[in-house]
Order: sequence, then structure tokens, then C-alpha cells
Amino acid sequence: MIKSFWLFVILLGLWLLMSGHYSVLITSLGVVSCAFCVYLARRAKLIDNEGLPLFFFPRLINYILWLFKEIFNSNVGTGKAIITGNISPEIFIVKSSQNTDVARVTYANSITLTPGTVTTKINKNEFEVHALNSSFGDDVRRNLMDRKVKWLEGNN
Amino acid sequence: MELVKDIITGVFFFIGSMSIIIGACGLIKLPDVFSRIHAAGMIDTGGTAFFLLGMIVQSGWSLITVKLVLIGVFIFFTSPVTSHVTANLAREKKLTPVGKKIGKVL
Amino acid sequence: MYLAALIACGISGILILVRIILGKTTFDRILAINSLGTIIVLGIALHGFYSGRPEFLDIAIVYALINFIGTIAVLKLFSTGSLGDIQK
Repeated sequence: MIKSFWLFVILLGLWLLMSGHYSVLITSLGVVSCAFCVYLARRAKLIDNEGLPLFFFPRLINYILWLFKEIFNSNVGTGKAIITGNISPEIFIVKSSQNTDVARVTYANSITLTPGTVTTKINKNEFEVHALNSSFGDDVRRNLMDRKVKWLEGNN
Repeated sequence: MELVKDIITGVFFFIGSMSIIIGACGLIKLPDVFSRIHAAGMIDTGGTAFFLLGMIVQSGWSLITVKLVLIGVFIFFTSPVTSHVTANLAREKKLTPVGKKIGKVL
Repeated sequence: MYLAALIACGISGILILVRIILGKTTFDRILAINSLGTIIVLGIALHGFYSGRPEFLDIAIVYALINFIGTIAVLKLFSTGSLGDIQK
């Protein structure tokens, strides 16, 4: 029930920000449509820890700032590798230590989002990673991002 | 004040333009699909982030900023999914990547 | 300034078109088309600022979402041979 309430608040906030018109009629139409969306999501049983990972949110800002710094660094590295032609692709396996599915998806997406490394296959706790260069590969193999996502997940 | 804003926006646009042009060159130059995904990732993260930052500096505090941030959020959520699905399908179709394998692969 | 950024978008769009024409496998082309979509999103937003009408951003948001759904649909069609349920 508390999750449904938070989903309603998030949807209504998004609706108000996207709309830009705040007369009584249009706002009440927005409230009705958000309530209908929450009803449909409850009926489809989409509101669980996977559909609405509320336990992520308190620590998310910190993680996203760290991820942006990482993305900037690897953008510079990928640009250098493309210009100088210093590429030696490699493919290897890393293990993930997260418990929930959402955290595992976050970890795999973070690996793919930093240019220079791509997750190509996923099998339970093992990710097959393709790296452009051995320095990018070493970055993933040091497991720093794994520990960050484990911290983001908390005690769940 | 306007001049400072314009200079900051110009610097961000310059970095973003370099990023997308280098990414497009890499898309042509790199040897196989798996390597080209990295160049496409550079366009999707570096180029998008810096262009949107430049436009955010220009627009200040308004609903336009919110919409720019929303474009950034959508692209940052959807880009790794398409990259992963493309790489996964290419592996399923038995395309072997250039380069070396370390240890046993899936 | 906006014009320079638009010209950069155009140059990289042309480079990506070269990859779409050359591309050996289907995956190359799908990847390049996805990148072209991202650049078009940026181009729409920049053109809105250039002509002084930021309402173009709504179109950019919709284009970003449609681009994602289109790429996933083409990949699914290529993988299973149908867009609906997989034929048993």
C-alpha cells in the first residue's frame, strides 16, 4: 500500500512537470489518470521490489555522481584509444556479489554505460564482459563498481 | 553575466561535438561489431551529457530545464539496454569477437 | 554557437550514414541507426534553441522513446522471426 502511494506521488510529479498548465480541470484530469495508472499497475501485480526499488533511493545521488565521474574518465580513455588506434579487445568473466535482481541489473547496466566495457551475456551471477583495451578490463576486474552497487543495495 | 553563460555553453558544446565526431569516426574505423558498440556508447553518454549540460546552462531555472533532464534520464536508461541486447544477439548468432579470450567464457 | 553544434551533429550523422551503407552485418546497421537516432534527438533539441522555440523539446522526448522501442522491436523481429508471441 505504501508503495502504491509513492508510485502515485512520482507519477503525479512527472505529470505536473511535463504539463505546464495548472488550471483546476486539467489538474483534476491528471490526478484521475495517475490514479487509474496505479490501479492498473496493482492489478498487473507490478508493484514489488523489482518494479519500484524504493530501497535504492536514499543512496542513489551519491552513486550517480560517482558513476558520472567514471563515465567522464572512460570517455576520455575511449577517445584516446580510438584516435591512437591502441586497441586490443578482450573478453572475460566477472562475478557479481549482489543478492537482488534489481542490483544485478544496475551493475550490468553500469558496466555497459561506461564506454569501453560492454556486458555481452548474463548467467545468474556471472557476467561476460567485452573490453576495448586491457586498461578498461583491469578497471572492471578490480571489482570497485561491484562493491559500490553492493553498498547501494544495502541489507536487502 | 550573459557573456559568462555563453562561454560556458560554448565550452560544453565544443566538448560534446568532439565527443560525437570521435564516436562517429570510431564507428567507421573499429574492426568488428563488439568494438563499435564502445564508439556508439561514447556518442550516447559523452555527447548527450555535454550537449544537454550546455543547453541547461543556457535555459536557467524553468520547465525547459526539467525537460532537458528528462531527455538525459531517458537516454541514460535506454542506451545500455539497446547496447546489451545488440551484443547479446550478436553472441547468440555465433559472431566471434576479434581479440583474446581470458579464461573460460560463457 | 547553436549553428556550430548543429553542423557538428550533421557531420557525425553523415559519418554514421557511411557505416550504415558499408556495414557488413545486420548488427552494425542496427547499432548505427540507434546512434543516428540519438544524434537526431540532440539535433531536434538544438534546433529548438536555435530558432528560439524550446517547445521542440517535447518532440525530442517522444523521439528518444520511439527510437528505443523501434530498435528493440527490430532486434526482436530479427531474433525470433515474429513480433508477437513466439511460435511454438
